[in-house]
Amino acid sequence: MRSLKSVALAVGVLLSAPAFGQNVAVIKFPKLQKRLARPTDTTYVVNFWATWCGPCVKELPNFEQLRVANAGKKVKVLLVSLDYASQLDKKVKPFVKQRGLQSEVLLLNEPDPNEWIDKVDAKWSGALPFTLIFNNKLNQRASFERELSAAELAAALKKFQ
Amino acid sequence: MKKALPLLALCILLLSSFILRPLADGYKVGDKATDFKLKNIDGKMVSLADNKAAKGYIVVFTCNTCPFAKAYESRIVDLNTKYAPLGYPVVAINPNDPAVAPGDSYADMQKKKYAFPYLVDESQQVAKTYGATRTPHLYVLSKQGSDFVVSYIGAIDDNSEDAKLAKTKYVENAMTEILAGKPATTKETKAIGCTIKWKRA
Repeated sequence: MRSLKSVALAVGVLLSAPAFGQNVAVIKFPKLQKRLARPTDTTYVVNFWATWCGPCVKELPNFEQLRVANAGKKVKVLLVSLDYASQLDKKVKPFVKQRGLQSEVLLLNEPDPNEWIDKVDAKWSGALPFTLIFNNKLNQRASFERELSAAELAAALKKFQ
Repeated sequence: MKKALPLLALCILLLSSFILRPLADGYKVGDKATDFKLKNIDGKMVSLADNKAAKGYIVVFTCNTCPFAKAYESRIVDLNTKYAPLGYPVVAINPNDPAVAPGDSYADMQKKKYAFPYLVDESQQVAKTYGATRTPHLYVLSKQGSDFVVSYIGAIDDNSEDAKLAKTKYVENAMTEILAGKPATTKETKAIGCTIKWKRA
């Protein structure tokens, strides 16, 4: 079990290395929830977006910029796409490639948001974009149900350091 | 003691009104909805009070441009077909600022041919009063006396991509109970949608 974990960790580290380019993993909610609940001292910046969401597409470069600016720090940027899984190859993968997104991208494949939105954040009504910043070790979190500028995002993250 | 009791009751009442106050702005189920006067795509002004025969309304904040609103458009039309004859017609309201979402201009709205009003919320005040955050965002109002009481808030069903795959039809379930004079068992649901395109400050 321990070796399995370290293999998973190694794979994770490799996948998160920018040089490796981008794959979009399709996941179900329980797996995402587990990930968001990890008792780590890394600050997570999780952005829920979709290729069809104008303001999301507009603010994506801000998250890329934030990731680059915080390279080497315990900051993890996670982009969770809410595009339909049926659009993975047709839309999401080409989009990620074309935009050259280097942050980790996941596609959450769950048809009924009412089942999981509250578990991400009770304050979230379901509008996109939505951004969650948290540090489980510090027991600190902040959420934003709106588009964030690069400056707003940097300022929000600063409160966690 | 005789004097203290009503005072205590008042304190509890005041305290509970704080506790029961919704955290977020906007309506909760059970709140009275204030009437509005908004321009329809035919140029006429529309208010909830206009339709004397209505037992209530299915008010839906929607728009021309959001892919989720588009995905639900025919289902909103179906809701009107089904529930208007039962006294609950649909009233669609577009809250988007056309300066931010150009496809949501009044002229673009006029291209729609619905059997129900499609109103423009130019000041965005109605959307703010309701607490609408996204399109589509739906509110069922029931007439109680001369008031319209919010009876359901949220999603249409549990599958935006394909109506045929929807397992739980949230609004229809709520409507069945509301039409039977009962409160909706699932009275608030959440859905993914496009954020309302608020006017830039």
